[in-house]
Amino acid sequence: MAFDYEKYIRPGKLPHIWCPGCGHGIVMKGLIRAMDSLKLDMAQTAIVSGIGCASRLPGYMDCCTLHTAHGRAAAFATGVKLAKPEMNVILVGGDGDGTAIGGNHFIHACRRNIDMTYIILNNKIYGMTGGQFSPTTPTGAKASTTPYGNPDPCFDIAKLAIGAGATFVARGTSFHANQIDKLIAEAIQHKGFSVVEIMDDCPTTYGRRNKFKSVIEMMNHLKEIAVPVKAAEKMTAEQLQGKVLTGVLYKDETKTEYTAEYAKVIERAKAAK
Amino acid sequence: MSKKVAFLQGNEAASYGALYAGCNFFAGYPITPSTEVAEVMSVELPKIGGKFIQMEDEIAASAAMMGAALAGFKTLDSTSGPGLSLKQELIGMACISEIPCVIYNVMRGGPSTGMPTGPSQSDVMCAKWGTHGDHPAICLVPSTVQETYEEMIRAFNLSEKYRTPVLVMPDEIVAHMRERVVFPEPGEIAIEPRRTPTVPPEQYKPYDTSFGDVPPLAAFGTGYKFHVTSLNKGQDGFPTTKAEWVQAEEERQVRKVEANADDIIEFEEFQLDDAEVVIVAYGSTSRSARYAVNEARKQGIKAGMFRLKTFWPFPYKQLTALTGRIKGFITPEMNLGMCHGEVERAAQGKVPVMGIFRVDGEPINPDQILDKIKEVK
Repeated sequence: MAFDYEKYIRPGKLPHIWCPGCGHGIVMKGLIRAMDSLKLDMAQTAIVSGIGCASRLPGYMDCCTLHTAHGRAAAFATGVKLAKPEMNVILVGGDGDGTAIGGNHFIHACRRNIDMTYIILNNKIYGMTGGQFSPTTPTGAKASTTPYGNPDPCFDIAKLAIGAGATFVARGTSFHANQIDKLIAEAIQHKGFSVVEIMDDCPTTYGRRNKFKSVIEMMNHLKEIAVPVKAAEKMTAEQLQGKVLTGVLYKDETKTEYTAEYAKVIERAKAAK
Repeated sequence: MSKKVAFLQGNEAASYGALYAGCNFFAGYPITPSTEVAEVMSVELPKIGGKFIQMEDEIAASAAMMGAALAGFKTLDSTSGPGLSLKQELIGMACISEIPCVIYNVMRGGPSTGMPTGPSQSDVMCAKWGTHGDHPAICLVPSTVQETYEEMIRAFNLSEKYRTPVLVMPDEIVAHMRERVVFPEPGEIAIEPRRTPTVPPEQYKPYDTSFGDVPPLAAFGTGYKFHVTSLNKGQDGFPTTKAEWVQAEEERQVRKVEANADDIIEFEEFQLDDAEVVIVAYGSTSRSARYAVNEARKQGIKAGMFRLKTFWPFPYKQLTALTGRIKGFITPEMNLGMCHGEVERAAQGKVPVMGIFRVDGEPINPDQILDKIKEVK
């Protein structure tokens, strides 16, 4: 029997706003399968986002959903989680929302290691505003604000997360749809701040400007650049040029989780009263 | 039984007032001259199982506070000028998404970094017009340490009653002076509970106006699955650009405060019955004004004071009513004429409004006000 996505989607809220060929829907389906595999209680689950195409995802999901201001999702989610540590808190957003305007909140959520899962849909562009370059747009690429090629170097989101203190970091692509749910499920189960970067595409505002003739070509590009971490171990630096590693990139189960640490603060304060 | 008494600083009193009101979540970012609030809350909240978090910046502090508010907590954030500027983005969201919360802002010299340890009253317009878009504003301006304690309780009550952010804004003098505070007994001051839904989750809409202009607010994690957005929304909480829905929601958000101005506006009338010269003052400046009124009376001048406790909504109606029988208003304030402009609106050109403005980090002293009283003919 086909998987029933509808029980997780709010009645009457589809169709979604995403363009034909956008990978965001593939990621949403992956998230739904992950939530289903973990049998998450939807009423005890909050999905928090900022602003942008990816940030519209929570509105379709039948749980507690919070669509905040641009870049602020991690800070709002921190408030929800600290208030109610028993809730499952998931963040969803794009590369611009999460690593430009929301960069400060992102690194500090990593540093605190607060038990939430941040799914970053990295399509390398500000899609909703019409295709301006983001912190993950490749150097040299065309965007509506880099008509002569992007002069900016770009972030490696996974390395940024690891460096800032996140304790679970994974990467997938919207081409490798069957892997997305497994990565997200493992991230949600991880006790600490987990980041799942999904390499995604925006055919409308990125593909057209950067000589991708079709959505299929963009999808094939994702397939070509993705190298599973295990396979990468056997490859040379030269062979890995231009590739991105996929799978679970980093996992640390020794660092204390923030709300657990704050529970100790409460114990100490009550003892000192 | 005698009541508990303490000798407290304004910022400390604000913290204990918040706790009396049921505050159980604080998010903040250090900033002079309001940091003592964060320090007291970091000590007191975990003792009662509440939560304190110091965030990475002022925007994040407001965000965390609002996230916790949606999880059902009574939340506080404290700051000062530069922080208030940063928070405007999310004050706007708290207004449109109708998230109850309290922001305590100590007024210091500005603009920008300005004079961090100097007193000021120059944030009062920012409290109303700082965030973009049409929105309601409630702003309280205490003038004593005792009143700071009590106004914090009132701020939490108003934020719950009207489901909107409330600002409490003492100037730096009130925030840092020490005075005797008499604590109310538990239960002595009524605490406004959050109005939560009576309908089952499947029927719940977060902006359902069939319950009036202030719809009930459910909490995340209590069985109610609902959507909150910073976009213009319909009664179901989902984004909309449908003209009539947006218009109706925008008007309701402002109306729920403006139509209840009489419930929100509080003020003190000091020697006002026969006054011919009326000083309109607030915060520490009103303390100098009170002294000046007493001195003027000794010299046979009929002076009085209309002291604002609520700055927004502004008491236009009450001030306009005075214009028929007085010679003029005087507006002493530590800015270049912010309250002054509003008093001019209330005066409607019927009586003169004379300002005393200081932005040099020094308080306005009684002699300055007395001199101005004597100028009114």
